[in-house]
Parts: sequence; C-alpha cells; structure tokens
Amino acid sequence: MKSLEELKAIRDKMQGQVGLRAEDHTQTRVVVGMATCGIASGARPVLNTLSTLIQEKGLSGKVAVTQTGCIGLCQYEPIVEVMEPGKPKVTYIKMNSDKASEIVERHLIGGHVVEAYTISAADIK
Amino acid sequence: MYRSHVLVCGGTGCTSSGSHQIMETLKAELEKKGLQNEVSVVQTGCHGLCALGPIMIVYPDASFYSMVKAEDIPEIVEEHLLKGRVVSRLLYQETVTPTGIKALIDTDFYKKQHRIALRNCGVINPEVIEEYIGTGGYQALGMVLTEMTPDDVIQTLLDSGLRGRGGGGFPTGLKWKLAKQNDADQKYVCCNADEGDPGAFMDRSILEGDPHAVFEAMAIAGYAIGASQGYIYVRAEYPIAVERLKIALAQAREMELLGKDIFGSGFDFDIDLRLGAGAFVCGEETALMTSIEGNRGEPRPRPPFPAQKGLFGKPTILNNVETYANIPQIILNGPEWFAAMGTERSKGTKVFALGGKIHNTGLVEIPMGTPLRTVIDEIGGGIPNGKKFKAAQTGGPSGGCIPVQHFDIPIDYDNLIEIGSMMGSGGLIVMDEDDCMVDIAKFFLEFTVEESCGKCTPCRVGTKRMLEILDKVTNGQAVLEDLDKLEELCYYIKDNSLCGLGQTAPNPVLSTMKYFRAEYETHIKEKKCPSGVCKALLSYIIDAEKCKGCTLCARVCPNNAISGTVKNPHIIDQDKCVKCGACMEKCKFGAIYKQ
Repeated sequence: MKSLEELKAIRDKMQGQVGLRAEDHTQTRVVVGMATCGIASGARPVLNTLSTLIQEKGLSGKVAVTQTGCIGLCQYEPIVEVMEPGKPKVTYIKMNSDKASEIVERHLIGGHVVEAYTISAADIK
Repeated sequence: MYRSHVLVCGGTGCTSSGSHQIMETLKAELEKKGLQNEVSVVQTGCHGLCALGPIMIVYPDASFYSMVKAEDIPEIVEEHLLKGRVVSRLLYQETVTPTGIKALIDTDFYKKQHRIALRNCGVINPEVIEEYIGTGGYQALGMVLTEMTPDDVIQTLLDSGLRGRGGGGFPTGLKWKLAKQNDADQKYVCCNADEGDPGAFMDRSILEGDPHAVFEAMAIAGYAIGASQGYIYVRAEYPIAVERLKIALAQAREMELLGKDIFGSGFDFDIDLRLGAGAFVCGEETALMTSIEGNRGEPRPRPPFPAQKGLFGKPTILNNVETYANIPQIILNGPEWFAAMGTERSKGTKVFALGGKIHNTGLVEIPMGTPLRTVIDEIGGGIPNGKKFKAAQTGGPSGGCIPVQHFDIPIDYDNLIEIGSMMGSGGLIVMDEDDCMVDIAKFFLEFTVEESCGKCTPCRVGTKRMLEILDKVTNGQAVLEDLDKLEELCYYIKDNSLCGLGQTAPNPVLSTMKYFRAEYETHIKEKKCPSGVCKALLSYIIDAEKCKGCTLCARVCPNNAISGTVKNPHIIDQDKCVKCGACMEKCKFGAIYKQ
C-alpha cells in the first residue's frame, strides 16, 4: 500500500458490501415480494438488480433491500415496496430489472416517486 | 454482488457447537437452490452470545438465528433466503415480539453494550483483509503515517485516557512516551496474547474475529516509539486464533500494509508470531519477553522496565490485545470521543467474559462505570433457576470477589481495587448461593500453585503452604488460628514475590476472607460447609419417613454404599459413601438430603 488513495479505493469498493450488515432504525427499507407468485413473475432479477445497484452506488448503509412473502396482489407481481422513515409507503407493481434501476435512480437517489409504476396509478377494479 | 449475507459465527464457542458443519450444509443447500451467486456465506468471529451458539445472522434484515442445527438449514434456505419468510420459531426468542421482530441491537443482551474493541467481531470475515478495510480498517494507520508526528500519536493516547486492558491499568500513552524517550538502534513492539486467566476469552475472540485491528495498532505503536519490528506472543492453545493471525499476516504483507515503506512514508514495520507453550507466567511481561528470546519463561526483577531494557535488551512496549484493538478507533474518532465514555479515571469500554451461574454466558463490552447489577441482571439475563446472587469473581487468580453488598458498584479500575478485587483481564464469574467461597478461593489457589514458575521462594513455597491450610479448612481439620496464619502468609507473599503472579496470588483468599469470613469459620468451628460443596464436610442422609424403599438409590450408587430391603427405608453407609450425589439426583421422593 503506497498511498491513501489506494486504501480509499478498496474501502469504497468494500463499503457497499459490508454496509449491508448495518443495523439502523433510520434506514429506508426496500421490500421485494418473493413468494411463489412473485418468483414466477420474475421477482428474482428485480431483487438482484436492486441489491446490486444499492451496493454499487454505496447506499447500503442507508437502504436495506429485503424480501417478503405474498402480499396478496398476485396479479400485480413483482411488487416492490419502498418504506422511507416518516413517509407513506410506496408500492410499485409489475416490476422488472429496468424499472427497478429507474426506481433506484429516480426515487432512492433522486427522491422522486416514480408515479407511473405505483399501484395508485394502476387501474385496480 | 450479493443481495444477502449470511454470517455464521466461527469463534471458538460456536465452532465447538458445530458451526463448521452449519456452514457446509448452508453452502450445499444454497447451491441446490441456485442461490450461490445471490447469497454469500461469511464466516465471522465471536458475536458474544456464546451460550446460544451456533449463531447465524441473515442480513440485510438482521434476523438472528440461535442454536442452529444442520437439519434446520434446508428450511431456512427455502423459506427465508428464497421466499423471504423469516423462520420465527428458529430465531433467538428475545428478538421475537408479538408485533414483529426486534433488532438485535435492541435486545437486553446488546442494548447496553458499546462495542469498540469488539466492533468487527461477528461483523466481518477475519480471513478477508478487504472486509476490514471496508469498515475503515488501516485508515488510522494511513492517517498516522501521513499526517501525524510520533508525538501527536502519543499525545492523542494520553488525552484519550486509555489504560492497559490486560489487568494492571497502566496508562498506555505514558508507556509509549517512556519507550520513545529512550534512544536505541532498535526498539520492539510486543503484543501480549497469552491470555491465561481461567474463564477469560476476550483476547482470543478479538484475535479470531478482527486480527488486523491488532496489526494496525501495533504498526501505529511502532511509528510512535520508533520501532520497526513487532511480536505477537500468542498461546499455542488457541489454534483458530493462530491460524487466522497467520492468514491475516500474509494478507497484510501482500498488500504492503506491513513491510517496507508503508503508505510511501518511509516507515518500515513487520510483525512475527511467537507461540507460547502454555505457561501462565508468560503472561507476565518480563517472562513473556524472556520466552520470546528463546529462554525458559521466567520473570526478572524490574527495574529496568521494558521501556528501558526490554526484549533483547532494547526498549520495548508491551500491550494487551484488547488495548490494541481500541487504538485505531481512538485515532479515527479522536481522544475526546473516547474520553467521553467511562468514569473519571477509567475511560472507554471494557470487555468482560461472563461465566458461571448466569443465563447469557459470553462476551460483553460495556462502558466503564456500568454497575455490576446491570451487567448481571440485564445484559447477563440474571441467575438461572431462581437462585440468589452471592458474589462475582473478577480478575481470575489475581482478583477477588464482589459480594452482594457491592452489587451496585460502577465497574472501573479504581472501584474494583478499592473493594479488594481488580479488573484483571476481564473474566467475570458469577456465583450463587450454591457456591462455597472457600472452595472458590481454593480453586484459584490450586491454579496458581500449578502455574508458579518456581523462581522466587515466596510464590513457589508460600502459595503451596496457603493451599495446605485451605485444604485443612475444607477437610474440617483446621483451627481458628490457621486463619490468622493464612492471612499473614498472604501479606508476606504479596510483598515479597518477584512478579505479578505471586504478588496477586493471595487476592482470591484475602477477598473471600474479608467478605465471607463467617463461611471460613463455619467450616472450622462447626465442621460444615454451608453451601454443601466441600465433600469432606458433607454427608448424604436418607430421611426414613420419606423413603419408600424403591431401591433405586441402592442401584445407582457406584460404591454400593446404600443398603436396605424393598419397601423398607434404606441407609447410607457413611464410610463407604463417596459423596457423588447420584442417589439424591435419582430419588423420586426427595427423601435424600445433604448436610
């Protein structure tokens, strides 16, 4: 190790990964429905995309990506819920990898809910 | 990138309860489900809650599975890791509440702890240097080498108020300052990892769970005093620690965090391991250095102190593992941060190994000044089976006991010394009403007699004579004058022994005599052991009224000491009885008692 920059590079690279092990009440929770219905409609790639992006962007200390079981809205799976402390829960439906990366960029980093993908935008009868 | 990390404890406690098998099963099961690229299995160091091992934590949701069995693994993988449904029945029940799952940091065991020395234990994989760097590792060393002078480093430590965690409590900054002041062509930095107190295992856990923290601090010490070589003296009885130290050492050298010209600063520092052969006295600093030099581990008189003439006759500093583990954090967070924790003269935190009659056996790190009551009743979960607290023993064979009247004492160096005990390395053994204090004192003295190196007479002969008197007491052959003789001997040995081993060896006896003299006197005057521990003073008796004559006791007695016919009360032949207690344990009618 010849410089502090070298150390910092390793640190930044690892921080996202080790940060996954943080325990914090102020974390934003991103929950992916991973019941049979969710998995069948493609929740796995969504979960992996979310998890990877959060770690790559160095957000894992602030955002925890976890899974849950069936929410009961199977026809709208894959479902992703975003729970930020002190804000109402946002439920995204019919997710895929691309939409998931958009949510990371626009919602989790940018702070704007992507209305078009939310359950309130869908026509539920 | 993995979406989930499963941490499996690879500390000594969990290893002995089978965590390796858990890890193998887990890996195989993940592969079966095709999850091996999504879920990473990480072997960590000790989490502290050894009583509940093997321990497994699933992140990011931080679900804490305790006492995991290999046959539970398929269910956890299928339900939790694949489908995201936590298997509540296998969780640590403290974390399960009617409204959901509590975070681990909110449980009674962890809530009042403050982990500095143990901060990475149970969090990182000690065999992967990048994980240590990822949590801020080697940043303090980088800062020291590029921005601070050796005097700055020493001043930081002085300001922090850090005192040696090995037992003596000598200010670490002062130790470094003295070593720096002595000019020499070569100086040394040593790490005392010869943890020998019965029941203490915090150094072991740090070495196993966070070895790089020790290297980093030793390199900082080397820079501060002007040394280029370090030695870690570790017990050969700690195979996992030795193995992880070797792996960590190779990785640190590979990354040039040890070696020549670290961080391009021109500072060279390297570390070598030396394995101890199991002598308790080698935890004493001069004996430790003599042993590193390749000689028989015996202490030598001080002065000269190691800071003047230490290892190979050169100025040397010697600190304990836990002390070192605090140092990178002090550098990074500043001395004020550290000094804000603890009491007036004892700053920071201390790790204790909880053992004996307590629910949560394991490792806890608490701010100095935490009352003993909090440690035992809240963090430790209290005493099992509804028994009453009698005393806590701290400091192992060098320490003493804290009786119930001092149950609210804030734990720090000076308070413990004031009541006749000492911090020691941090073993904390809890005793309840079933423990005999004379027997406890005898236990520790037996240890010292065994471990005395034999170099000086007060320790070699004196402790032996003390043990003989205690033997008389527990056999019911002592007279009251023996207690005075015992006390006199204690002070003589304390004053005249060469090293810390002998100087502190009488402490367990002195402190139990101080607080439980009546118990000693009952052994002598009434020839009785009030707690029913000392076998020679004990007899098992069958209550003829209650005995139904079922013959069970006669059948379990290993020495055929019980006679009687079916449906008639039985009798124990006291001459034949070996006092094993098997009959009392087996009797269904509670007809056998001891007195």
